[in-house]
Amino acid sequence: MTNAVEINNVFVKFESTLVLEDVSVSLAQGEFLGIIGPNGGGKTTFLKVILGLIKPDSGSVNIFGAPITRNRNLVSYVPQYSSFDADYPISVLDVVLSGRLSRSRMFGRFSKEDKEIVEKSLELVGMQDFKKRLAGGLSGGEKQRVLIARALAKQPKIILLDEPTASVDAASGKNFYSMLQKLNEEMTIILVSHDIGAVSQNVKKIACLNRNFVFHDSKELTHDMVEAAYHCPVDLIAHGLAHRVLQSH
Amino acid sequence: MGDIFSYGFMINAIYASILASIVCGIVGTYVVVKRIVFISGGISHTAYGGIGLGYFLGFNPLFGAIGFSIMSAGFLSVMRKKKTQHEDTIIGIMWAFGMAAGIIFVNLTPGYSPNLMNYLFGNILTVPRSEIIMMLILAAFIMLMVTLFFREFQAVTFDEEYARTLGLPVDKLYFLLLIIIALTTVLLIKLVGIILVVALLSIPSAISIKFVKSIGQMMVMSVLLGLLFTLSGLFLSYYLNLSSGAMIIMTASAGYLVSNFIHYLKKKSYIKGIN
Repeated sequence: MTNAVEINNVFVKFESTLVLEDVSVSLAQGEFLGIIGPNGGGKTTFLKVILGLIKPDSGSVNIFGAPITRNRNLVSYVPQYSSFDADYPISVLDVVLSGRLSRSRMFGRFSKEDKEIVEKSLELVGMQDFKKRLAGGLSGGEKQRVLIARALAKQPKIILLDEPTASVDAASGKNFYSMLQKLNEEMTIILVSHDIGAVSQNVKKIACLNRNFVFHDSKELTHDMVEAAYHCPVDLIAHGLAHRVLQSH
Repeated sequence: MGDIFSYGFMINAIYASILASIVCGIVGTYVVVKRIVFISGGISHTAYGGIGLGYFLGFNPLFGAIGFSIMSAGFLSVMRKKKTQHEDTIIGIMWAFGMAAGIIFVNLTPGYSPNLMNYLFGNILTVPRSEIIMMLILAAFIMLMVTLFFREFQAVTFDEEYARTLGLPVDKLYFLLLIIIALTTVLLIKLVGIILVVALLSIPSAISIKFVKSIGQMMVMSVLLGLLFTLSGLFLSYYLNLSSGAMIIMTASAGYLVSNFIHYLKKKSYIKGIN
């Protein structure tokens, strides 16, 4: 079976700064990869490379065995909700409907099927009662869920999330991860976050990214990985976690 | 009031105001939500070079304006993609270049050019029937494009990066939007003039964005406000014997102030309602 995501020796430079250095990773279908790392460590850049928004200076990225330009419809993206223009007059329903657009379906109107898919996406994230509301007037967590619904409306095979819990409190964070786990039954998920604890409890595989990609193809987070990513000694104490994600030390 | 409609030029002026309000409301909505008011200003001022060229070579200056403004839209789209320089720097340079080119062409044209002020500040009373027809064609083209690409323009103006991940041809759509803005500014030049175009394009939409829930509603409200401002400005300029373009912008600016006050009252009563 072809891998969902196959990245080989990717380098990305902005001006003269190296942002991603020799990043390689293969993800099988149905994986749930959490990526942690410091701010400015290249997490968002990594996602944008997969999405084809940033072209790597060298290296290759394949989505189900083909470049993203050929498999765009398989990958969906949930940006940070702050990318959202709060003054834009648009309803929640219209934001999610926009997820049904694509190059091959330009012109015309949304079909009945489009609308049904959008309804379902809104239900999945629990925002069906908000569809007439102005998107700009929602709280941070609600905006985040609308953006997830928009990504789901594309019916993707892979979904990428950028700091999805940045504005979510602990309780709704728990709901949020159980929602992701349900989605994971149908699609591959890559999630980046600086929230080490929450990520490591909920994903199947974990990696650290700080220009270099440190990945052991497991969900064990080692001391070495975190130190390599953060370039400084880190104390990891496993207390009261549902299951152990840190090697005993 | 009866005699005002007996003048042919006044009837043409009213037609021009209606057309301009419709187009301004629709295109101005995108200009305001995408925050490209300054870009629109750059494009309209560059058009002045085309007006000068028209004078110099002896063809209708409005055709020159169309050529120059579309060229500037193309130039901006290319430079935006290349990202070699900040967009606002390029706009500033283009803006000044267009004005300078226009003035030099007029200098080179033998004889006196009495109509120059009309292009800078507008004179709706000088719009001939043939130009009304030209405006009608431009307006029809703009409305057709917006109808065809309504969903795509919404996606690109709301979240450009996400539109790219959907595989939409974002750069082409953005270029088309700039062409539409270029044509709109040309359409408005006779009405309010190059210098005042930006105000008529942005004020109705800047007011309506505070009161609406969708792009469609914003367009409708902006068109209605545009009609209110252009027609009332036109009649005031007729009775007070003042410049029509400046009078239209005055009524629009006054409308903007009043709308801010209304919005403030609405917000205050809303907060009171909560408490």
